[in-house]
Amino acid sequence: MESAGLSLLTTVLFLPLLGALVLLFLREEQAGHIKWTAFGFSMATFFGTLLLWLAFDSSASGLQMVQRVDWLPQYGISYYVGVDGLSLLLVVLTGFIVPLAILSSFRSQIFEERGRIRLYYLFMLLLEWAMIGVFVAQDLFLFYIFWEVTLVPMYFLIGIWGAEERIYAAVKFLLYTMAGSILMLLAILFLGSRGGSFALPELIAMVESGALELPFTGLLGAGSVQSFLFLGFFIAFAIKVPIWPLHSWLPDAHVQAPTAGSVILAGVLLKMGTYGLVRFNLPLFPEASVAWAPAIAVLAVIGILYGAWVSYAQTDVKKLVAYSSVSHLGFVVLGIFALNAQGIEGGLLQMVNHGISTGGLFLLVGMLYERRHTKALDAFGGIWKVMPFFGAAGLVVVLSSMGLPGLNGFVGEFTILLGSMGSEVLGFFFTMFAALGIILAAVYMLYMFQKVFMGDVDKEENRNLPRLHWQEIAVLVPILLVILLIGLQPGPFFDTMTATVDNLVADVGEFIPRGEETVAALPQGESPVLVVGAQGTK
Amino acid sequence: MTDIPVLADLNLAWTWPVVGLGLGATLLLVADLFIPKERKRQTAWLALAILLVSFLLNLAAFTETDSAFFGMFVVDPFSAFLNLIALTTAFISILLSVDYLQRSGMQRGEFYALILFTTAGVMLMGHANDLVVVFVSLELLSIPLYILAAFRYPDVKSSESGMKYLVLGAFASAFFVFGAALIYGATGSTSLPHIFEVVARGFAAGGAPELLLLVGTGLVLVGLGFKVAVVPFHMWTPDVYEGAPTPVTAFMSVGAKVGGFAALLRILVFALPVLSTGAIEASAWQQVVSLIAAATLILGNVVAIAQQNVKRLLAYSSIAHAGYIMMALAAAGHAGFGEQATRAALVYMLAYMFTNLGAFAVAIAIEKGDGSGSDLEAFVGLGRSRPLLAGIMAFFMLSLTGIPLTAGFIGKWLIFQVTIEAGLVPLAILGVLTSVVSAYYYIGIIVRMFLRDGEGDPAAGGTRLVNGAVYLTFAGTLLPGIFPFLMIDLTRVVSTTLVGG
Repeated sequence: MESAGLSLLTTVLFLPLLGALVLLFLREEQAGHIKWTAFGFSMATFFGTLLLWLAFDSSASGLQMVQRVDWLPQYGISYYVGVDGLSLLLVVLTGFIVPLAILSSFRSQIFEERGRIRLYYLFMLLLEWAMIGVFVAQDLFLFYIFWEVTLVPMYFLIGIWGAEERIYAAVKFLLYTMAGSILMLLAILFLGSRGGSFALPELIAMVESGALELPFTGLLGAGSVQSFLFLGFFIAFAIKVPIWPLHSWLPDAHVQAPTAGSVILAGVLLKMGTYGLVRFNLPLFPEASVAWAPAIAVLAVIGILYGAWVSYAQTDVKKLVAYSSVSHLGFVVLGIFALNAQGIEGGLLQMVNHGISTGGLFLLVGMLYERRHTKALDAFGGIWKVMPFFGAAGLVVVLSSMGLPGLNGFVGEFTILLGSMGSEVLGFFFTMFAALGIILAAVYMLYMFQKVFMGDVDKEENRNLPRLHWQEIAVLVPILLVILLIGLQPGPFFDTMTATVDNLVADVGEFIPRGEETVAALPQGESPVLVVGAQGTK
Repeated sequence: MTDIPVLADLNLAWTWPVVGLGLGATLLLVADLFIPKERKRQTAWLALAILLVSFLLNLAAFTETDSAFFGMFVVDPFSAFLNLIALTTAFISILLSVDYLQRSGMQRGEFYALILFTTAGVMLMGHANDLVVVFVSLELLSIPLYILAAFRYPDVKSSESGMKYLVLGAFASAFFVFGAALIYGATGSTSLPHIFEVVARGFAAGGAPELLLLVGTGLVLVGLGFKVAVVPFHMWTPDVYEGAPTPVTAFMSVGAKVGGFAALLRILVFALPVLSTGAIEASAWQQVVSLIAAATLILGNVVAIAQQNVKRLLAYSSIAHAGYIMMALAAAGHAGFGEQATRAALVYMLAYMFTNLGAFAVAIAIEKGDGSGSDLEAFVGLGRSRPLLAGIMAFFMLSLTGIPLTAGFIGKWLIFQVTIEAGLVPLAILGVLTSVVSAYYYIGIIVRMFLRDGEGDPAAGGTRLVNGAVYLTFAGTLLPGIFPFLMIDLTRVVSTTLVGG
C-alpha cells in the first residue's frame, strides 16, 4: 500500500495545484480561458474524488489508499496521506462544492470593478488543494501546513473581492483563526517530540498501547498534560467551526466575502474544524474527550439556540444565513461529543448536509445580490412570482436547511439527537434544548423565506428581475439533487463511515466511566460498547 | 617551546575564507584607487568576486574541524554555516547597493571594502575560540558599520544614525571587555576550551561557581545583547535602521545579528553549558536568557504595530526575530539540548536572512533617490503597479509571520520544538502568541499592497540587480519551505563540542 509512485489520492490532491500553476501561464485578458481552465481542473478533481469513493472499501475501518513518503525522517515527518470513513465524504464534498463555487463566479459582476480574474481563480484552486490536503493528511506536520495554507487564499478572496468592510473582515478572519491554530502547533510539537513521530496513526497506536503516556488528572489540573493538549487542538478547531463564544469572526467574514467565498467558507472550511475534533481530539485524547464532553456540549447547545435566535433578528439575508451556520454546526459538535456511533455518524453526515444546504443558501443570496445589489430582507418580496424556478429551488434549500423529513438535513439532525439522547456522557436535557433549536430553525428560515419569496411583488425594482441564466441553473440543480438523494437514500453515505466510527467509538468508549454492574452483567466476549449502542436506539 | 613561531605553526589551511576575505578587502581598497570615479561599479563587481571566492573556499572547508592561530581560531561546521550566512548577506547587500548608491549620489569605492571588512568581522565571530578574538572580531564587525550607517553624509538622519550606533556600540564593547576580564579573573584564561574545563571541573567538584564568573557572563551577555538588539539593549535599533542607507540597514539587520549570535552561542552554549548554580539540568544563564527572550518578543512585536515607516517596522521586527533566536538560546541552557537548539538557531538565522534581505530589497525598489518613500503608505496599490514584486513581498511577509510553505515556518517550527522539548512551555506559548501579534503588522503590508486601492508605486528602484536579489531571496525563502531538508541537512554536521584546549 505504501508506495512512492503517484497514487490516485495524491493525484486528486495535487490536481487543483496543477490547475493553479496552469493559470499562471494564461494572460489576464484571456478571461474565458481562465474561467474554463479553473472549472475544468475542479471538475477533474471532483471526478477524482468520486473515483476515490468507488475504490473505497466501506467494510474496512483503517486508512485506505495510503501513500507515505519520507520527508524529514530525522524528525519523524513524512508525506502521509490516506482516507477513511471520517474523511471520505468530506473529500467528496470539497470536490463537489468547489466547481459549483467556480461556476457561480462566472457571471459575477465583481470583476468589472475589481478585476484580477486570474488571481481569483488561482486562489480558488489553491484553496481547494489545501482543503483536500487537510482532509487527507495523516501526518500532523503535513496537516498543520495544509491547515494554515487554507488561510491565505481565503484571506485574499475576502480581502480583494469582498464587500465594503472587506479589509476589516479579512484581517479579523486571518488573525482570529491563526491565534487558534498556533496553539495547536504547540500541541502538535509536544506530541511529535514525545512520540518521536508526527504520523497520526502511529501516535494513536502509541496512545492506545500506553507507549505514549499523556497523564490526565482532571480538567485543568497542573499535571493534566492530556487536558491541555486537548484544549490546544480544541481551541483551534472551535474557532474554525465556530463554537459559541468564538464565532464572532464568522458573520463578518461571511457577509463581506464574495458569494463563492461564502459558499466555500460555509461549505467546506468550517467543516475542517468539526473534522479535526473527530480526527484528532477523540482518538488522541480519549480521557480528556470524555471529561470535557459535557462542557463542550453545553457550548454546542448554547450555540444552537444563540445562532437561531440571532438569525431571526437579522435584517440582512446573508447575515441571517451566516448565523444559522453557528446554530447548525452546534448540532454537529453536539453529535460528536455524544461519543457514540449515532452521534458521530450523524455529525459527519450533518457536516456534508450543512455544506450543501448552506452552500446552496449562499448561492441563492448571491444570485439575488447580483440582480438587486442589496441583501436587505426588506428589499425583497414576491420573488417567487418573478423568478419561478429560483423560488422553487429556494424552497427546497430552505426546507433542507431547517430539517424537513425526506430531505438531507433531517437525516443528520435526527441521528445526532438520537445519539445525544442515548449518550452516556450527555442525555435528555442536552437533547431537549437541541431539539428546541430545530423548531427555532423553522422559525427563522420560514420567516426569511416568507419575506423574500412570498407575498406580492410590492417593490417596483423587483418586477423585472431577469430569470436565471443556464449557468445559474446548472449550479443549483446538482445541489437540489444531492439534497433529495441524501434525504431519501442516506444508507450509502452512512455505510462509508460505519466501520471507522465504530472503531473510534470503541477506543474512546473505554474511558467512559460506567457502573460496575453494567460491565459485570455483560456476556463474555461482548464489548460494552455494543450494548451502549443498543441502548441508544431504544 | 620557546621557538619563535613560524607561519606554518599558525595552521592557516582552513582559515582562508576569512583571512582571504580580509586580504581581499584590503586589496580592494588599493584597487579602488585605480578605478575612475564614474566607473565605481567595477569596485562592486570585484567585491562580489572576492565574496564568491571566499564562499567557495568556505564550502570546501564545510565539514572540516581544525584549529589555527594556536587554538584561538577554530574551524568547524558551526562557523562554516555562519560563514555561509554572512557571505550571502554581504553578496545580496552589495547587489542591493550598486544602483542605490548611484541614484542617491553616494557611489564611492570604500563602501564595498567596508562591507567586506565587516563581513570578515562577522565570520571571525563564528571562528573565535578565545574571548580576545571575540573582542577583536566584535570591533572589526562594528567599526565599518558605524561608518556605513553614516554613509549618507551630510544627511542629518544618517549622521545621527552613525553617531548613535557608535556611542552605544562603544558602550556595548566596554561591557563585553569588562565581562571578559572578569571571566579571565575567575578562570585564569581567555581561551574558551580552557574556560570550559575550569568550569566543568568546578561543577564536578560540586562547588557553586564564583560570583566573578557569573557577573562576567552577565556582562558579556549585555555586550553582545546590544549587537543582536534584544530588549532592554535595543533602544538604538529603530533610529539607526531608519537613518542608515537602506542597503546598510539590510546588511546590519542580518549581519550584525548573526555575528552577535555566533559569539553568544559559542560562549554560552559551547563554553559555559555547565555554568550552573546547583540545579543540574539547567545553566545559570538560562533564566536570564529566557527573560530577555520574553521581553524581546513582547516589545518587538507590540511596538512594531505602531510603526508607519517600513524601515522602522523592519527594525522592530528584527528585534522580535532576535527574540525567537533567544528562545533557542534559552532552550540550549537545558542540559542535553545544546546541540539541537544551536541547529534550530542556525536554521532560523538562515531563513531569516533570506526573508529579511528580500523584504529590504523590495523596500529599496520603492524607495526614492533622496531616501524618502519608505513610509508604509508607499506600498498602497503596489499589487496593481508591480504585481510580481508585490506578490513576492507578500510571500516574505508570510515567511516572517511563520506561515507554512515558507522558510520562516521551518525556522519557527524547529525553535518552538526545541523550546518545548527543553521544558520551556510558557516561553513557547509566548512565542506563538507573539507570532499572531506579528501577523497583524506583516499582514498590514499585504493589505496595503493588495487590498487597498491606490495609484501604486512604479518601483523605479527595482533595477535588474535589485530584482535579481529579490528573486534570489525568494528562491531562498520558498524552496526550503517546501523542501526543509535543504536547510536542515546543512546543520546536521554541527556539533557543540569545543575544539582544541
